[in-house]
Amino acid sequence: MSDVAGPSRDRFAAVTEEVTSIPLRYPEPRGWWILFAFALLLLMVFVVSAGALLRYGVGMWGNNIPVNWGLAISNYIWFLGIGHAGTLISAMLLLLGAHWRNALNRFAEAMTLFAVVCAGLYPILHLGRPWLFYWMAPYPSTMTVWPQFKSPLTWDFFAVLTYLTVSVLFWYIGIVPDLAATRDRARTRRQQVFYGLAALGWRGSARHWARWGQAYRLTAAIAVPLVVSVHSEISLLFAAGPIPGWSSTVFPPYFVLGAAFSGFAVVAMIAVVLRHALGLQDLVRERHLDLLGIFLLATGLMTAYGYWAEVFDVLYAGEKQELGTLQDRLVGAYAWSYWGAVVANFVPLQLLWFRSIRVRPLPLFLIALSVTIGMWLERYMLLVTSLYRDWLVSSWAEYHASVWEWGLFAGMLGVFLAPFLLFVRFLPVISSFEIKEVMAEDEEERHA
Amino acid sequence: MRKPAPRSPKPRNPKPRHPAPGKTMPRGEATLREPTPHTPVFGLMAEFSRPETLVDAIASARKAGFRRMDAYSPFPVEGAQQALGFEDNRVPWLTLAGGVFGAALGYGMQVYTNAAYPIDIGGRPLFATPAFMLITFELMVLFAVIFSIGGMLALNRLPRLHHPVFDIEAFHLASSDKFFLVIFGDDPKFDDGATRRFLEGLEPVGVALVRHTEAPE
Repeated sequence: MSDVAGPSRDRFAAVTEEVTSIPLRYPEPRGWWILFAFALLLLMVFVVSAGALLRYGVGMWGNNIPVNWGLAISNYIWFLGIGHAGTLISAMLLLLGAHWRNALNRFAEAMTLFAVVCAGLYPILHLGRPWLFYWMAPYPSTMTVWPQFKSPLTWDFFAVLTYLTVSVLFWYIGIVPDLAATRDRARTRRQQVFYGLAALGWRGSARHWARWGQAYRLTAAIAVPLVVSVHSEISLLFAAGPIPGWSSTVFPPYFVLGAAFSGFAVVAMIAVVLRHALGLQDLVRERHLDLLGIFLLATGLMTAYGYWAEVFDVLYAGEKQELGTLQDRLVGAYAWSYWGAVVANFVPLQLLWFRSIRVRPLPLFLIALSVTIGMWLERYMLLVTSLYRDWLVSSWAEYHASVWEWGLFAGMLGVFLAPFLLFVRFLPVISSFEIKEVMAEDEEERHA
Repeated sequence: MRKPAPRSPKPRNPKPRHPAPGKTMPRGEATLREPTPHTPVFGLMAEFSRPETLVDAIASARKAGFRRMDAYSPFPVEGAQQALGFEDNRVPWLTLAGGVFGAALGYGMQVYTNAAYPIDIGGRPLFATPAFMLITFELMVLFAVIFSIGGMLALNRLPRLHHPVFDIEAFHLASSDKFFLVIFGDDPKFDDGATRRFLEGLEPVGVALVRHTEAPE
């Protein structure tokens, strides 16, 4: 932030004004309403699709033996993977002292929250009797039975619950100082009450900052291994099963890296859209787009290594069933999902080697979109190509998602978009106090 | 954000602005609460426009013998905590306690439920430590974070929606671009006139008397 002209205290006030004026006097209400109406429409699709599911059961969906997971579980992994990038940007880069994160962390964390909510809804809806999902929780019931703690399904319950709680808390204590800044600038009674309550009476006391810093950093330090554990756990849903194409030790790192890859892609898309829509070009700069592009490229190449390692694994082991699954992936009925993933994930990605592409919003957005789609295809491919040809030829069957599954998917995008748009409209989307802190430090360094 | 290892102030500034390390206040004094309404006033507040000036002001106040004070800033100011001599590591300890509690709860829960309702599946061990580790880890993380953040809020006495400092007109800038020092009214050296003159000697933007908030009628 150091190259903004002018004495720093004017710049402090300018940053505060720029960030807090968005929730207080939203600059583009018309565009926002159009998007929000679209999100509400998707949300209605969700209500209808989920209502049909609750009324008529999972028979509405296309999944059946042998492919009994289908879109519900592949979307679960996809959404949760997207969420992980928010935590990584926020927590990992905080600990590494990468100051550029401050322009991105707030909305990346919000993206995490809503992506985790979508992810968490999917396995619940997939349960068959979703209203009994609380049976996963260990509570002393009259049935005197307990959850099976040796099952990855139970691990998932705890992983997602923990991840959601930690993400909410981390995001909230990170936003409180900016809510206080918004409260102090609020003019209408309604805004004063809303931000006043939300800011918890934060007043920036040095004692408070000291304890806040301890809690914030410790939570960040804990959140990074948490991300790795959560997505590893999900990969164990696959890797712990005796299914060709799944039972592989490469899965945990492969899943975690793929998660970071897809998540950075979505963060890049949101960054491009927000900076354009809200005129945040001086806070989310070319440099940030550049760094996001580099991260995307790096995690993408690591994911590509995972693809290669998976194939190598199979060829090296030479197991007949595994070879069969590999063949199904490359040339089988779902080869489109394999090659679609390879092409969408890695071909446009190569453009990011060039800085001139990375700093341009539109190409970056399109490449990130391609990666988001590619990673969706990958999750679908991993799931379906392994399952549709079971060990027994007699139980081979193809899987085609029904219109209700697609409806639920579209609706789930509304479950993500609607609260995210509310966040953009009513809460400070950029961390102004962290930007000001870095400005002060830079200036002090220059004076020294 | 501040770089990692925030507790060792960098020696890049030749001017010694912080008290020597180790010269922190006794613990009880450092973590003591704010003035109670029994004191005549809450304190005197001085406003500064630069973070360094605030840190210098704290150091001068400490040198002048004031001990009971607090600073307010829009972001964590490097050196302010050290200048105040504030040292409180209860949040890290609470985090550790939460982690230990969560891990014990997670592992204990799995051992207990498997003992209470044993299910033999293919002769696999009833107490399968590797399989239990995942939930143990998750609950360790969950409780560490809840203790950490909950402890931070509790020790900071938040939420507290109203506070005497909010009555000062200029204080809304404490979340934007101004830096405030309050010398508490219960400081042994506090004297309305002398303390005000002292603060004015620090060349602040302004000095204001902070009264106690009136009790609800």
